[in-house]
Amino acid sequence: MKDKKISRRHFVKESSLVTGGILLGPSLFASPMHTTKKEKTLKLALVGCGGRGTGAAVQALKADSNVKLVAMADAFEDQIEKSHGNLSKIFDKSRIELKPSMKFVGFGSYKKAIDEADVVILTTPPGFRPQHFEYAVQQGKHVFMEKPVATDVAGIKKVLNAAKLAKEKKLNVVVGLQRRYQAEYIELNRRIKNGDLGKIVSGQVYWNGAGVWVRPRTDSMTEMEYQMRNWYYFNWLCGDHILEQHIHNIDVANWFIGELPIKAQGMGGREVRKGKDHGQIFDHHFVEFTYPSGAIISSQCRHQPGCFSQVSETFQGTLGTSYTGGGNTAILKSYDGNNIYKHDGENDKNPYQVEHDRLFAAIRSGEEVINNAEYGAESTMTAILGRMATYSGKEISWDKAMNSDLKLVPDEDMLSFNSVPPVVPNELGEYPIPMPGQTTFY
Amino acid sequence: MIKTITKLNTLFFLGLLSNVALSQNFKDYSQQVESASISIDMVAIEGGHFIMGNDQGKADENPAHKVSVDDFWIGKYEITWEQYDAFVYANFDASQFQDDSKLKALGIDAVSGATPPYVDMSFNMGKGSSPAVNMTQYAALMYCKWLTSKTGIFYRLPTEAEWEYVCKKGNTDQNNSLSDIGWYAENSNEKYEKTGTKKANSLGVHDLLGNVSEWVLDQYDPNYYKNSPENNPWNKPSKLYPRVLRGGSWKDTADKLCCTSRQTSNPKWKRRDPQIPKSNWWHTDAPFIGFRIVRPKVQPSKEDIKAYWLEAIADF
Repeated sequence: MKDKKISRRHFVKESSLVTGGILLGPSLFASPMHTTKKEKTLKLALVGCGGRGTGAAVQALKADSNVKLVAMADAFEDQIEKSHGNLSKIFDKSRIELKPSMKFVGFGSYKKAIDEADVVILTTPPGFRPQHFEYAVQQGKHVFMEKPVATDVAGIKKVLNAAKLAKEKKLNVVVGLQRRYQAEYIELNRRIKNGDLGKIVSGQVYWNGAGVWVRPRTDSMTEMEYQMRNWYYFNWLCGDHILEQHIHNIDVANWFIGELPIKAQGMGGREVRKGKDHGQIFDHHFVEFTYPSGAIISSQCRHQPGCFSQVSETFQGTLGTSYTGGGNTAILKSYDGNNIYKHDGENDKNPYQVEHDRLFAAIRSGEEVINNAEYGAESTMTAILGRMATYSGKEISWDKAMNSDLKLVPDEDMLSFNSVPPVVPNELGEYPIPMPGQTTFY
Repeated sequence: MIKTITKLNTLFFLGLLSNVALSQNFKDYSQQVESASISIDMVAIEGGHFIMGNDQGKADENPAHKVSVDDFWIGKYEITWEQYDAFVYANFDASQFQDDSKLKALGIDAVSGATPPYVDMSFNMGKGSSPAVNMTQYAALMYCKWLTSKTGIFYRLPTEAEWEYVCKKGNTDQNNSLSDIGWYAENSNEKYEKTGTKKANSLGVHDLLGNVSEWVLDQYDPNYYKNSPENNPWNKPSKLYPRVLRGGSWKDTADKLCCTSRQTSNPKWKRRDPQIPKSNWWHTDAPFIGFRIVRPKVQPSKEDIKAYWLEAIADF
């Protein structure tokens, strides 16, 4: 794979394999006002050049033969160089037209990269997403952005407003909740909406695992650089793992039930992962979400090695149960134990690729305008509601949460690596940690 | 024809066993790793000659040819989640290991650990004494390096030849009904099962066929048997794909479960990895591959050991 670079010419052969008939379908030749004809080269900017951003750029370049990466932005130069180096091993220069002046480093650099492009990939730590998304939409760009789309309520409101503007401008917005693009989830949702399970009354959604990477502090780092490198453990940047990972499973609950919760209560804390390099986030949360229809969803997420681990969603309806989880398996069962439906997805397409295939097909055809920003914001908000419940130990309604003036993230354009971050450690190097029953709101 | 070859092999092995006195130190044992609270059962395998491959098999099993392997121990079971997680979540501070000079004598400059997986890699099929799955061949080999650095004894993956030798010498696919010795598509509940729940082969080794496919050390080359050396053949990998797995898994149909069938690794097994470069340590779509370990009876020189610690190759 390493030596096989993909050029534009070579690509024509490959693209039909990658995207099926989508690019070559008849819709290509329909020409509504906002159609972006196939001949037009679409310029791509990557904002947030970590492993996931680089992965998304690969998928974008594979989704459409006439896309070129023209600009990259990241807080860190080394991240840009590493990402550029990796992309250069996959694609030849005709796909990556990146002058040195098109690599934008530091806080606020997102604007310069977005200005250069038609389509932007927003894959920085989620705290910055609302500001990036708002700017991209204002500038009339199509967007792929990773989940979660914010870490605080102010950010959610910003994303919802920008989502409206994107609709008006007929801009396509895909959000990286890839289960929505994954065949077995799409099929189960269709069957559930068709009534195969009756009415959903309860469910359990899980992201129980061992945890993620830690990037320790080095002597040369300012506090701001340290937090930006080790961002997973700081709420203003990450939002806690109930947002950063578990949003996937919470989003499935919202999607399958077809509602948003009216309230949440829960518990959580730091039991195992509580070192100095573990910032301020919890290592477990358990939340009960109540939906308008009366359905109760139990949501568990845990970052503790050596414990029961599971990443899946199960729902109980009046007629049967559903299971979706690892291994591309999805099952609907009746209560007598018989399978109503079983999905074997071993040969299904990579949902991360499908996200970009759909995005670029929509941009080209102009027939369908995709806007995932709204459900992306709603499911992010659902996870924030859960976090508010576990941090405070209180029952919190959706409306109360949405009326909160919670704002964790400062204006990025005002930041530098010498700025004081929104949270700072005490003289022992410890960060403020939410305390149920004492933390009034978060 | 297949049967004839096997009978000859069997007679040959019997002759070998009766003629060669087993050395006193060369017996089954249990490798304790106290600091990691695990133990790994090892079975002594007297080396010898055998006929590798199968003239009646698929093209890549041709030609059947004479191979000899040295004495070694092999894991009685596939490495379990309990044994594997001890490595994944291990403390990699230098003080955890044998002292520096001992490590250098084992051809080890540094030991690093797998990145913790983001999702549950058992795919809900059970942990504990169930076989670990979804690791790359590199990760399986780094497990051996970790174990070596903890114990001071050189462990590695089996070569393709060693694996097949144990399978054939133990009459694994000959004296038993397949269903008595292995889990495969027709008798598994669409998942792996705990290790050792089926009968062992005649050497006392469990689950060689079925349950999970097992990494061996070799690069896959369908023509390798045509020119491979007779003594301890090993097709040392230089490319990331394809590499060899043996034995078939809970997902494979019965025809894959024989001592000579060669399976190959596939980039598709990382298709749901959202990052670039993709993980050196984990597959996202291979809940049917695992491994077992080997210890050569004669510990190789430092330089020879180094040759086994393959470098990671970036996966795009």
